[in-house]
Amino acid sequence: MTTSRRQFFGQAAAVSAGVALSAPAAEALANGAAPDAPGLVEVAFKVNGERQKLSLDPRVTLLDALRERLGLVGTKKGCDRGQCGACTVHVDDRRVLSCLTLTATLQGKEVTTIEGIAHGDELHPVQRAFIDHDGFQCGFCTSGQIMSAVKVVEEREVRTDDQIREAMSGNICRCGAYPNILEAIKQAKES
Amino acid sequence: MRAFDFATASTVSDALKLARPGSAFLAGGTTLVDLMKLDVMTPDRVIDVNALPLKGIKLRDGALHIGAMERMGDVAAHPVVTSVHPMISRALLLSASGQLRNMASIGGNLMQRTRCDYFRDVTSACNKRLPGSGCPALTGINRGHAILGTSDSCVATHASDVAVAFVALEAQVVLRSSDGDRTVPLEDFYRLPGSTPERENVLGPGELITEVVVPTLSWARHSTYLKIRDRQSYEFALTSVAAAISLKRGVVQDVRLAAGGVGTKPWRLRAVEEALKGGVAMERTFSDAVESAVDGARPLAHNAFKPSLLKRSIVRALLDAAGVR
Repeated sequence: MTTSRRQFFGQAAAVSAGVALSAPAAEALANGAAPDAPGLVEVAFKVNGERQKLSLDPRVTLLDALRERLGLVGTKKGCDRGQCGACTVHVDDRRVLSCLTLTATLQGKEVTTIEGIAHGDELHPVQRAFIDHDGFQCGFCTSGQIMSAVKVVEEREVRTDDQIREAMSGNICRCGAYPNILEAIKQAKES
Repeated sequence: MRAFDFATASTVSDALKLARPGSAFLAGGTTLVDLMKLDVMTPDRVIDVNALPLKGIKLRDGALHIGAMERMGDVAAHPVVTSVHPMISRALLLSASGQLRNMASIGGNLMQRTRCDYFRDVTSACNKRLPGSGCPALTGINRGHAILGTSDSCVATHASDVAVAFVALEAQVVLRSSDGDRTVPLEDFYRLPGSTPERENVLGPGELITEVVVPTLSWARHSTYLKIRDRQSYEFALTSVAAAISLKRGVVQDVRLAAGGVGTKPWRLRAVEEALKGGVAMERTFSDAVESAVDGARPLAHNAFKPSLLKRSIVRALLDAAGVR
């Protein structure tokens, strides 16, 4: 049996939390809420086409709900302050920052994450283009870059290199893969 | 983030009824959620106003009406805005990022808080956040701070770009409370810090911005919004200038000017406007007229460059708007 790094840390956290807390209390803490906090809110929304119903503390951001409650860890937490773009997802078909979105505001909304853009085994053209052009180094910003790029590719008024750079300026890459990201987006625009 | 009670309003009257001392309205969340995470804003009730019917961008009775819940990106791209007031569109597109412009509402943009690092850091003193605690920016790191409208209590700049364009165009905001509607010029909506920098605007408790009304100006197509910043995109202004100019045979008939990044509120430059009227639209006229832009300016240790930057930015914006470069 192989254990991924994420599974290992998850199990280790559960074991250490189990010493002092019941499972629901540990979950509440993991989501940033005090144990048995009053005022949980019910939110029914769709994520990648699947209906989800969550009962959560109103402080829980979409980013934390995706990662900690729904196990969709493709969306990354970079700055958690709306400054880096790593957490970019689509809500009702618009690119937004999941770290500044409270899940409680998403009643009836449709969320798409990096896990939801491929068709089965067939990558989205933007995913394909990022691989073709090596549009990343460490990869941490990549899911946010791709989710942003998917929308930039659809924007017809964004044509020139400078316009693409400007449209993508909300996604920071500290490895500096920008030239390859630009080439990937140009390829995806052409296809 | 502190705990809060969450409520959703579907009508404006619901929202007003849910409001109480200590509550906050939540639109795009790009300021409020950020500042709640930092414990800078600690509302005990958050009222989601995203479903309110404060939408619509239209021309009516000689003015452009923008619903408070319209998103920055939608306003910037709207054909009526780009044709009637391209300056508004340009100011919006030079703000934030594509993601943030999809989220942030126009009403929320006008309510955004300063980017002063001392305000955003709860371990620092700050008269705006904790009245009477002092202002570390006066003697601390103050490169990005204001030179106009400052006081011994506060030197924080107002961060909005579009508010600068709105002030140049003499926009008004419609405010609704349980007492009904009132209309306030945006320039008067914002307060100078004085000795009470925690009071940033004239909004009463539980009062909500419902609409922005911008009078049309036949010559406002000859306009620009110039933004100078440390990086080319996704950055707040060191200095910005909203300019619109009306020329007749090369002579300035009328002009509107406002500046951002230099004032504690969006800064209308009336003295410069007066000095320009009747002059020949050329660089020399513009550079003579801008001297009064910095009357009363109080530069700080790290932003002594701002008076000069402001004056040169005004000249460049005027040359662009007048098309005489």
